[in-house]
Amino acid sequence: MALDRLFRRRRTRGGGREVPELWVRCPGCDAQVYKRDLEQSLWVCPECGYHHRVPVETYVAILADEGSFEPTTGAIRPTDPLGFVDTEPYPERLARYQKKTGRPDAIYGGRAAIGGVPSVLLVMDYAFAGGSMGSVVGEEIARGAELAAREDRALVIVTASGGARMQEGALSLMQMAKTTMALDLVFQKRLPYLAILTDPTTGGVTASFATLADVILAEPGALIGFAGPRVIKQTIRQDLPEGFQRAEFLKKHGLVDEVVDRRKLKETVVRLLRLTYPGEADGA
Amino acid sequence: MALEFERPILELEEKIRALEATAREQQLDLSEEIGLLKEKLARLEREIFQGLTPWQRVQLARAPGRPTTLDVAEGIFEAYAELKGDRAFADDPAVVGGVARLEGRPVVFVGHQKGRNTKENIARNFGMPHPEGYRKAMRLMDLADKEGVPFLAFIDTPGAYPGISAEERGQAWVIARSIQRMSRLRVPAVAVILGEGGSGGALAIGVGNRVLIMENAWYSVISPESCAAILWHDAKEAERAAAALKLTARDLLALGVVDRVVPEPGGGAHRNPEAALAELKRALLESLEELAGLDPDALWQDRYRRFRGLGAYQES
Repeated sequence: MALDRLFRRRRTRGGGREVPELWVRCPGCDAQVYKRDLEQSLWVCPECGYHHRVPVETYVAILADEGSFEPTTGAIRPTDPLGFVDTEPYPERLARYQKKTGRPDAIYGGRAAIGGVPSVLLVMDYAFAGGSMGSVVGEEIARGAELAAREDRALVIVTASGGARMQEGALSLMQMAKTTMALDLVFQKRLPYLAILTDPTTGGVTASFATLADVILAEPGALIGFAGPRVIKQTIRQDLPEGFQRAEFLKKHGLVDEVVDRRKLKETVVRLLRLTYPGEADGA
Repeated sequence: MALEFERPILELEEKIRALEATAREQQLDLSEEIGLLKEKLARLEREIFQGLTPWQRVQLARAPGRPTTLDVAEGIFEAYAELKGDRAFADDPAVVGGVARLEGRPVVFVGHQKGRNTKENIARNFGMPHPEGYRKAMRLMDLADKEGVPFLAFIDTPGAYPGISAEERGQAWVIARSIQRMSRLRVPAVAVILGEGGSGGALAIGVGNRVLIMENAWYSVISPESCAAILWHDAKEAERAAAALKLTARDLLALGVVDRVVPEPGGGAHRNPEAALAELKRALLESLEELAGLDPDALWQDRYRRFRGLGAYQES
């Protein structure tokens, strides 16, 4: 899929911009950035490096070699095992997100070649219920890991999630164990697993498959942690330090390998996969 | 400190005790009256406990006097030694564990540890572990594998601690590792939810071949208070959230999240810990018996199948 075509189709939401079609105000530096420039730079602000959130298809377009992507997710749909009703019934909530994203749940992915390395590429969709992990997300991750193991592919997961999905209760919690265990099929075959943590990745996703990768990359400025900042603030009743739980903070604390600019993401991932995928003759 | 719904029971008990004292002091035969009241008490207890709401069970799971991990160790092991420290940074008092004998057989155990009073609870951080606690748990899993002895895990935490230092030291990373480490055990593993099973901080030591739950314990993806704060923007809606989350023992058994409910004596485990621990010990021994014939690969397969199958979805 050609990148520029994808970006041209992307519609920006919200109003209030002076010239919404042409200019985008950068939340990072307040600069008015020419939208075409932003698209060219993969939605990274050319002025300050701020990383805008991008749709899941963008990560597929960035990472998968052209013409190599073949989706495998989407065959399963969420149900309502608890009969959960909060401010609206869970099935209605799901229907709304399904309509908005065109997907059954918060994950998209499939087979791909990445720099020629056969891979399974999975991308979490923050636009669907905050990327929360319920039974379907857990099952797709497990199936993706099993597919990688079966077909000797590297596993690459791009995460974005507020954590486990409340509306499926303890079954969501169990997805943490399920996904973690499924990764062992990949590891038993000595296949590489690389995770790319994007803004935000918290809760049950961070506390399971996301942080068990051989190599963990994070996008600049991404919020990554176990508890959300609001919960921590309520618990300790103190202000949180500047940059707390951001990708750069995590790198400083030895929790991620590298903070990678989206414009360098593909080349970084390709280099790492070629160095870790078994039987890759040219390590360079 | 009694829970609201326990009051009628406690009042009746008080009445019986007063009558018994009178009978003793004045050498009267009040056995008939006392007998009737005791029958009434049993009936009342049954009535109240059969109709408990999920929120009332959450309160029972938190009741002071409920057996903690160290109470369980005292109550069911013939002997045990606590081992301390994560060998990296500190000893986390919110997690305890060690080596023990259960009916003559050696086991390794670990569990969340709450205090029995406010002072102890502060020292134990209310059973909310830092990363060190999970590293201690993993160290004990290593020991169980090395010794080739069963691993027992007792879950009783509102959740892993959400604080700055915990985040700096990789709370999420270490929980993920602990889940992974436990799933890879080469020995039989049984986890029991004793009281509170709060989210990932509970699951970190919950990847057993068998997962048991005490009758009045809860286990959930999020605490009812936090769930209410997020969904209804009001922690006071916790009662609603507790019902919606299907977090009671019976609900979890129906969902397949737990394999067995350990019955509690009338009035709850906090009112009769000895009886509760006797039931727990029996359930643990039976679970270990079920797993006795399995070799390390079969144990891994058993655990994989158990967790791989959990979830609700439709093939379209």
